[in-house]
Parts: sequence; C-alpha cells; structure tokens
Amino acid sequence: MTATVHNWPILETARAQVLERGMGLTEDQLVEVLTLPDEALPQALELAHRVRLRHCGEDVEVEGIVSIKTGGCPEDCHFCSQSGLFDSPVRGVWLDIPELVKAAKETAATGATEFCIVAAVRGPDIKLMNQVKFAIDRINEEVDINIACSLGMLTQRQVDQLAGWGVHRYNHNLETARSFFPQVVTTHTYEERLGTCAMVKAAGMELCCGALLGMGESLGQRAELAAQLAALEPHEVPLNFLNPRPGTPLENQGIMDGKDALRAIAAFRLAMPKTVLRYAGGRELTLGDLGTREGLLGGINAVIVGNYLTTLGRPATADLNLLVDLNMPIRELQKTL
Amino acid sequence: MSPFPAGASPNAAGPYCGHCGQPREENAREGSPGDASHRRKDADDGGSLPPSSAHLRCASRLHLEPPRFCGHCARRLKVQVTPLGWWAACSRHGVTTYPASEP
Ligand code: SF4
Ligand SMILES: [Zn+2]
Ligand SMILES: [Zn+2]
Repeated sequence: MTATVHNWPILETARAQVLERGMGLTEDQLVEVLTLPDEALPQALELAHRVRLRHCGEDVEVEGIVSIKTGGCPEDCHFCSQSGLFDSPVRGVWLDIPELVKAAKETAATGATEFCIVAAVRGPDIKLMNQVKFAIDRINEEVDINIACSLGMLTQRQVDQLAGWGVHRYNHNLETARSFFPQVVTTHTYEERLGTCAMVKAAGMELCCGALLGMGESLGQRAELAAQLAALEPHEVPLNFLNPRPGTPLENQGIMDGKDALRAIAAFRLAMPKTVLRYAGGRELTLGDLGTREGLLGGINAVIVGNYLTTLGRPATADLNLLVDLNMPIRELQKTL
Repeated sequence: MSPFPAGASPNAAGPYCGHCGQPREENAREGSPGDASHRRKDADDGGSLPPSSAHLRCASRLHLEPPRFCGHCARRLKVQVTPLGWWAACSRHGVTTYPASEP
C-alpha cells in the first residue's frame, strides 16, 4: 500500500527543469516554491536534496571565517553590529597575525578546506591590504587551506592584487533584493556591490555572494534575490538568517520562521542547482539542531564551521558529527584547488 | 550543547550582565514591572519581562554570543571571535578566553 502524495505542480516542473536539465527556476517559479504550504515542504526539500546530489555531489564544503578587523565600519547596513554608525556594543579590534595563523590552523584541523579573512570596512585601505598580504603569506607557509577574503568593495587594482596573491575566492554579498536594498543600506548602492562582484569574476577568482534573509523582505523579494544571485552565477552562496543585533535598526525585527527558512533553502537550491549553497549565520536561532539537519537534507552542501565574526555558532563537533551521521563526506582540499 | 561552559565568561561572576551591561541585582531589587528606565535601551527583553527575570534572555543569548560587557565594571569589552573560540578584554579587569588559553 502506498501513501497518497500530492503532486505540487511547481515541484513537478522543478523536477523536469532543474533536476533533469540543470536549469534553475525563474523568479516567478521561485515565488511558487516560497509560497508552498507546509505540507509540501518535505517534498520540496527532498527534491532540492536530489538536485544537490545530482549536480553538486554528496560532499560538503567546510569553511572557517575570522574577522581581521572588527567594528567601526563607516557603512550603515541596518543588520550589522559592526557599523560604527549604530549604538552597538561591538568595539573595534584588530586581530594580529599570529592569532590569525592559529585560527587558520585550528580551522584546517576540523577538515575545513576554506579559510575566509573578513574585515568590517567599506573597502580596504593600504594598511589593511598590507596586513592581508602578510597574513596570506604566513598562512600559506604554515597551513594547507584555501584562502578567501571579504574586504568590502574593491578597486580594480585591489582585485588584481588579491588575485595575484593567490586569494582563490572573494566574498561580497548582495544581502537582499535590489528592490529592498535601499531600505537596508543607504551608504552605498546595489550597483557598487555588483561592480565588485563583476571585477572579482573577471579576475578569475571564485565569487562568493550571499544572502541575508528575514530582514522584512517580502516572499517576492526573496525570490527576486535568488534570481539576482543566480544571474551572477556565483561559485558559492552563503545563506544567512537575520540574528537581530542590539543597537542596530533591525534589533526588533523578529527571528525568521524556521519553515520559511527551509522553504528558502529549497528555493535557493532550485534557483542555483550547481552552486555551493552554504549555511552561514543565524541558523542556530532560526532552525536549531533539527532544522540544521533538515537543511542539509534539503539543498545545503556547505557549512561555516564553529563561530561567526561576532557571534558564536554551534560547536564545530556538532556539525562535523552531523555530517558523519548523514554520511556526507567533507570535500577534500585538492578538489577545490 | 553550550559552546562554552557556564562560568567561562567574564560576566559570570560579577555584578553586571555580560550581555546588556546592566546590574544583575539592581533589576531584581529596585525595578518594578513597567519601569525600564534603569535599563539600557538595548536590553533585549524590551522591558517586557518582570525585573527579576530581566537577564534570563541575556543569559540564554550568552550561549550564542560572547559577552560584550565586563561583569565586574560594565565597561564595554574588546572582543575577538575566532572559529573555535573567543577572547574578551576589559581595560581594567583583563582578558578572559574561551577555551581557556592565551589570547
Ligand atoms: S559594510 Fe560590512 S561591516 Fe560595514 S556595516 Fe555593512 S555589513 Fe557591516
Ligand atoms: Zn542582561
Ligand atoms: Zn572590567
């Protein structure tokens, strides 16, 4: 005897279009996924998982991130505790190079293949670029790991420098849909973000370009963002969920509903069948332990291990044990080189 | 599972809350429901909880973030988070690290 399974038209379409042909869903189609009822969610996640297995494989990319320069940023991203424009308790601090190398070693010891150096800046100045160059050299001397950077908006010269120093991936998030962006950031434009993303790709670095969901955007704007990211063809999309930070304009925004977060995970995978889709910040609050597992069985194929830039993540062992439980091997270093 | 054991943060022993920087005991003794004037505006209970439980949510937040205020003097801490740990430094009361080691 078989249970009756409702066939949701958009999931039938996605099966043919995304799973079989590897073509991501369009913005309109993504709205349909994001508005599926709760009873359709298991099927949506299952399909997203199959898409991930077929188009990306079973392994999971593990990354550690660290802030080389925390706080005091002149930009006003309304979700960010590191903006110097808000009354946030986060103080400015620089990480010294020995500590950074130690963090890279600890990250590599978890099995991670990626180590991302992040700075809270509009864009890097000469002091930061020099510090980053020095850090890259020291890490390369001592640790077997790919180095990524996230240093804000770049000039062409800085893009070329980073590529020349062997930075293999650069993170610069869109964060939200173009139509919602002005409500979240006023000190720079969407076009400026797109400009840095384009230069990064043109220089041959892998583009990591992420999303932050749960800031008050509509479901339509969530679909818009997924489609805008897909159009950029990033190598990786880190998916963050808002963790409302004290003192920021979004401090009273509620925490995103877990089922909505899972629908978004499935939708982003169905928009970008071949992209590395990474769990990033906020999942601990939005999804908890159970949701984390569901997402890894619903399209996610990469994690940030351990802590974030200013907040703490699940213990690294919790995620690593979960990957063992799920029979998902950690991606090996040579595959990403 | 907590990322750090109870008592690891510099706020654990002192009179001030490591998350919001407000006195722990003052809220319990002096506050009255609805009177939030002694709290920082970023105290994340929004003033909605009874004074005696004002820091319960702060305490739960401290499982997912490092302390931001010194438990001894309420100064804002310099905090560095790394993938597997964090340290928090008060200019007066020194550095606390998790896991316990050199910063
Ligand atoms: S540019 Fe980055 S560090 Fe600066 S406020 Fe925006 S998100 Fe925060
Ligand atoms: Zn408190
Ligand atoms: Zn102190």
